[in-house]
Amino acid sequence: MSAREEILARVRSATADVTTEKRPVARSGSGSVPSQQPDRAISRETLELFAENVADYRATVVRVPAEQVAATVVEQLRAAGLGSVVVPTGLDAGWTAALDGAFDVLPESDATSAQTLDGIDAVVTGSAVGIATTGTIVLDHAPDQGRRELTLVPDTHVCVIGQDQVVHDVPEAVSLLRTPEGAQRALTWISGPSATSDIELQRVEGVHGPRTLIVVLVDEGARADVTAG
Amino acid sequence: MVTQPVQQTSPTFVGMPKFPVAAREALANTQQRTNLHNATHTIREKRAAVVGEVDDWEALRVAGAEAKDEALHHLGDYLEQLEESLTARGATVHWARDAAEANRIVIDIARAKEVDEVVKVKSMATQEIELNEALEEAGIHAWETDLAELIVQLFGDRPSHILVPAIHRNRTEIRDVFLRQMGEFGRPAPADLTDDPARLAEAARLHLREKFLRAKVAVSGANFAIADTGTLVVVESEGNGRMCLTLPETLISVVGIEKVLPTWDDLSPMLQLLPRSSTGERMNPYTTMWSGVHDGDGPQEVHVILLDNGRTHVLADSVGRQALRCIRCSACLNVCPVYERTGGHAYGSVYPGPIGAVLNPQLRGTASEVDQSLPYASSLCGACFDACPVRINIPELLVELRGTVAEQGGHRAESAAMKAAAWVLSDPRRLAVAQRGATTAGRLIGKRTIRKVPGLGAWTDARDVPTPPKETFRQWWAREHGDGTTTQRAADPGGRADGIPTSNDGTEPGGER
Repeated sequence: MSAREEILARVRSATADVTTEKRPVARSGSGSVPSQQPDRAISRETLELFAENVADYRATVVRVPAEQVAATVVEQLRAAGLGSVVVPTGLDAGWTAALDGAFDVLPESDATSAQTLDGIDAVVTGSAVGIATTGTIVLDHAPDQGRRELTLVPDTHVCVIGQDQVVHDVPEAVSLLRTPEGAQRALTWISGPSATSDIELQRVEGVHGPRTLIVVLVDEGARADVTAG
Repeated sequence: MVTQPVQQTSPTFVGMPKFPVAAREALANTQQRTNLHNATHTIREKRAAVVGEVDDWEALRVAGAEAKDEALHHLGDYLEQLEESLTARGATVHWARDAAEANRIVIDIARAKEVDEVVKVKSMATQEIELNEALEEAGIHAWETDLAELIVQLFGDRPSHILVPAIHRNRTEIRDVFLRQMGEFGRPAPADLTDDPARLAEAARLHLREKFLRAKVAVSGANFAIADTGTLVVVESEGNGRMCLTLPETLISVVGIEKVLPTWDDLSPMLQLLPRSSTGERMNPYTTMWSGVHDGDGPQEVHVILLDNGRTHVLADSVGRQALRCIRCSACLNVCPVYERTGGHAYGSVYPGPIGAVLNPQLRGTASEVDQSLPYASSLCGACFDACPVRINIPELLVELRGTVAEQGGHRAESAAMKAAAWVLSDPRRLAVAQRGATTAGRLIGKRTIRKVPGLGAWTDARDVPTPPKETFRQWWAREHGDGTTTQRAADPGGRADGIPTSNDGTEPGGER
């Protein structure tokens, strides 16, 4: 008997006593990201909670209206003294243009290896979903976010998220992130910069992933406002 | 008739002494006890705070337990569905009956890729099958990339906690081992390294980055494997997981068959339960989800090894199978009064603490000394059940396992003692005689502690014997209410053996008859 047949036979024999019916298959989840649902109501409290919880992980949160995003991204990278930045193929053309004048910009198509990315200071991306109760940003690696390694190897990640992309809790996010048919996208859930508590349980921010996370929250109700740093 | 074989005890743990012996040794390690106390209490408090933020934690626990039960009760169907989903998305699925088979599959893939090293994400399943040792034997270096696992590996040590495996080491020891060992395996630690945790983490970042950037093959486990979408999930903090899951060309994931979740939506309770229970965070820093091969993004060759290694043996026990719900959060370790004092090594397995006391004898059977003793490594206080995010009734399972051990003739001294106790307690006259003996001894011993009683070796090896009281309740009652009636009645077969008068002795409010 092959290992497969044998293990399945063991499993079926081990569960022969089970009398409960298998759960009916319920296909749930709308499968589209919130940016494609412009009429979804955004609660003010949800946005506040999101900003507060992201900042609680010692990420920097900057809240600006849409027209100030490009300038804010440039300003944040300058303030951090960074020189080079990689941009995903599908990043907002206006933001890429603003970066072009100010930094050494590496397009995603030229970032052919992790070694190349290792020499780059920062990455600027969009995002898929934000979760308020946990302060989480989910990347689904759509063209405005790039391949997974782009947001992993450079030491600073500037991530732009629209207020219409922020949901209240984990269940809402999980159901939005389900692809209705066909393959799931690869997902990266990010809650603050990388961290470890492995040495005497003392928290150290930043081990292998980007040690600096800057979240630019597009908030039509807000003046430019840095929540934490 | 199909049988479900138990797991072979892995070489590291063969011949482990029984728990009380290993525990006594661990108790003498004051550094470890201090570290463990700090760690368990700190995580316990953090966990309580973030669990308190959730409106209905109990409902989440129920949802989590139900999702896992659904998967376990219909595991055959869900495993086939998982295999189908993974294959449709470009992954190659392998099945491994035991540790040796799983290790062989990993080695064969690594050899086919002509590599002499792999990078590893912290994974309980690969620790269980001792993959690193098997790879080394095959001439392939396995680099652990989680900071704590790196520390443990550099020490040539074993992990002592599921979540913070190097908790038994302090920062100075860690600096010393970095300075001594890193150069042996790759980029050396900077010569001016201090014991500041931030500097130590930086040294690990530099040491490991070299390995991440050149590695061709990575090995991981998975926290969850979703049957309907073919998605594997790895939950982590440091980013070493993302490095391993993203940069190499080939990814091999060793996944216990109990890691299956039926549907994508079952992630919703799990991603709320796990981080809050594990690190006491609202969400862990990084979670990676991948479904087979993603075109042009991440590893282009993806292998998944579905591992039995004793799990079907656990599954065959209709009560015991709830232990397979375990999501390895380690909340039960942090609340356990026994674990807090002994640490993880005494459990003789990669699974320590209350869940280890259950899972090890379930997976490996109760033939060895250590597996016979583990069900007794508990005060049955129940804190573990309360903390468990998937409601595993650990005390219930420990009692069941004690029954199994007792039935097969283990703990003979204990069953003899219990029989003797039953004989004494079933007759008030015998009890009165025994108690007179005990109080006499109590007066002689005074405040000293009894550590050993001749003839009760097995019992007193594990615990100090309470010093007998100078006076029993019944003697006190007789002295305070000195009419002699109670003493007399206590010796009377009509009274209860515990000395509490029964209703027909005229002391009931109903008065004389």
